[in-house]
Amino acid sequence: MWKRFRSNIGAMVGVVLLAAVILIAIFAPLIFANTPWQMVQRPFLAPFSMDSLPLGTDTLGRDVAAQLAYGARVSLLVGLVSTLVALLIGVPLGALAGFYGGYVDEGAMRFTEFFQTIPNFALAIVLVAIFEPTLASITLAIAIVSWPPVARLVRAEVMSVRKREFVDAATLAGLSKPRILVRQVLPNTVSPIIVMASLMVATAILLESSLSFLGLGDPNAMSWGYMIGAARTVIRSAWWLSFFPGIAIVITVLALNLIGEGLNDALNPHLSRKGKA
Amino acid sequence: MKHLKATTFLIAAALAAPLAAQEAGGRLDIVVQPEPPGLMLGLVQNGPTQLVAGDIYEGLLRYGTDLQPQPGLAESWEISDDGLTYTFKLQEGVKWHDGEDFTADDVVFSADVFLRETHARLRASLAYVESITAPDPLTVVFQLKEPFGPFISVFETGTMPIVPKHIYEGTDFANNEMNATPIGTGPFKFEAWEKGSYIHLVKNEDYYVDGLPYLDEVYYRVIPDAAARAVAFETGEVDVLPGGSVENWDVPRLTEMDNVCSTGSGWEFFAPHAWMWLNNREGPTSDVRFRQAVMYAMDRDFQRDVVWNGFGNVATGPVSSKTNFYSDDVTIYDHNPEKAKELLEEMGYDGEEVRLLPLPYGETWQRWAEAIRQNLSEVGINVSIDSTDVAGWNEKTSQWDYDMAFTYLYQYGDPALGVSRNYTADRIQKGSPWNNVEGYDNPELDAKWFAAATMISPEERQAAYDEIQKEIVDDVPVAWLLELEFPTIYRCDIKDLVTTGIGVNDGPRNAWIEK
Repeated sequence: MWKRFRSNIGAMVGVVLLAAVILIAIFAPLIFANTPWQMVQRPFLAPFSMDSLPLGTDTLGRDVAAQLAYGARVSLLVGLVSTLVALLIGVPLGALAGFYGGYVDEGAMRFTEFFQTIPNFALAIVLVAIFEPTLASITLAIAIVSWPPVARLVRAEVMSVRKREFVDAATLAGLSKPRILVRQVLPNTVSPIIVMASLMVATAILLESSLSFLGLGDPNAMSWGYMIGAARTVIRSAWWLSFFPGIAIVITVLALNLIGEGLNDALNPHLSRKGKA
Repeated sequence: MKHLKATTFLIAAALAAPLAAQEAGGRLDIVVQPEPPGLMLGLVQNGPTQLVAGDIYEGLLRYGTDLQPQPGLAESWEISDDGLTYTFKLQEGVKWHDGEDFTADDVVFSADVFLRETHARLRASLAYVESITAPDPLTVVFQLKEPFGPFISVFETGTMPIVPKHIYEGTDFANNEMNATPIGTGPFKFEAWEKGSYIHLVKNEDYYVDGLPYLDEVYYRVIPDAAARAVAFETGEVDVLPGGSVENWDVPRLTEMDNVCSTGSGWEFFAPHAWMWLNNREGPTSDVRFRQAVMYAMDRDFQRDVVWNGFGNVATGPVSSKTNFYSDDVTIYDHNPEKAKELLEEMGYDGEEVRLLPLPYGETWQRWAEAIRQNLSEVGINVSIDSTDVAGWNEKTSQWDYDMAFTYLYQYGDPALGVSRNYTADRIQKGSPWNNVEGYDNPELDAKWFAAATMISPEERQAAYDEIQKEIVDDVPVAWLLELEFPTIYRCDIKDLVTTGIGVNDGPRNAWIEK
């Protein structure tokens, strides 16, 4: 599988880009002497005009490069944690619905549909506005709007897997139902979940940026969306303030999508069988 | 105070001096933001209403940029030596826009009946008034119970607009159908209001000052988006951007255009003063050393130069330098992080988190909070910014649920009208964000504030306020930031637009366009 993944050039580009973003996020305090909020030079300094401030300064004279690096931390953190939380909600719910069927399935799916009928972004805005924007509430809001597709995917996978012969065999062997679900069925649904999760991280990063852009970000956390939102009003005089964080979002989301595609190709059993033939 | 008498003739002569150059005719398009809720100035006194209705309604007096009174509906006035009797001689030949004669009865009705019921801010000042009478149709006498120093400052059009008795007497003021088509005595008449688009005023041909107004008509244009307002000015669709109608950083771009002028004048009467409420009741902010440390930690020159693009002045204390009885003989808090650290050390500040509530009025205020948080964190104060909307800000400040909170308030020309309300203990009332929100309680100073309000001689009042300012600045009940300046941007061929302390609010009266 790794071999298949490695041979996919797009996926490898994605890995390299994402690794770079992660490294920058981790080592931000070592790379930059300034915190992202520190006013270090005169405001609206254009990029490349001072060696120590390669990407210029913002409306308050803060280092744009440092803001980008620290913004990567927030974006990645929110993306990863909210995806994890969404998986924690979606996977069990989908698994139960798919495995037990009947009323459990009916109930779980109506509940899921209830969330699916509300537009994602609108619901996220409402949740954040109610909870007051902090990193925790934003992460939770994104998780709450992104779990329904996970639940549906897992349900569909579980439904198809539970009809296979090895499940019957396990039942005949006397294994309990929960044990079959956890030990036999779920492990066979992991591949599509991984693919979906990698794409969900990308979506979560976009959602967080959109919320921050609208002023619903955590006012104490520097994020890319905040940077663009704050730069929106000066876009005619200081293009770089919205351009660089925009590029950062594009690169990160693109990297995650490339990786997701690569994983999909590498893990897809149909493709894999064709490969062997 | 002897005979503070100004004659119309003198003022008129002074105005008439450059008359040869003034040209009649033309139309002015002024931005109004946001759309006013109504134009009946006796009922609604928010900013946009004052801007438009200041052309329709008038007060007895007008105030120059030095805040000295000038004739309005009153051509002259006298204050008795004991400071208790204010006698106003009214202009002759004044007519309401519907053709009825304006008389002293209208003034008595407005001040004693109408505005007492509808105008909270004026009501506080009218508490000092014993009686308001009209001995003859052109004379009005205000008899006070005790001297009230700032009383001469309450006759501005937004503070005491004179409304027509023949329309409102005996009616339900708030639901009078004439509120939709306001009738005043001002230089412009209400013509039409296309909701969401414009308010159209036309010249009052019968205005009692000969030759005024010069303009034929004024359109107040409603454009909801700040960027769209800037573009409307660039394309020539509007001629005047009153203070605050575009974002600060758009101002340099607009003023660099050809034939564009700007002025910071025209706000002296309001003197918007920005500070942070510091909660004096609990937490680190209840310690005076902490509050002083906040003052020393802030780089307020930076705030003015960068956050406000150089507009405004660093505030030295509770009274704006534009307001009467200002004193600069106070402790000056310059940017001194070392001193701030010493004070924090001395009080034993343990790094307890302090919440900072910004004003939800757009990007400038958000950046301002970020700059201050950075300043404070550099001396070791642990600050987190709360996010909020307008309703949340009102709720948190009026319920005292904050540590530090931004605000700015008007001063109305006199410390007794717009300053003492934020510092005396009798104004500590939960539920309003406009009084003593910080909870500062200093009985000794309270007595001085009250005494200063009822002194007659301006010299005595100045001495009293000097003393108050010196003492209160050491206590730092709130963290004073800037005297805000909202530049008015206009085309240079518009002349005499801003000549008074309320600027564009009553500006079109004297404005003319050079052709």
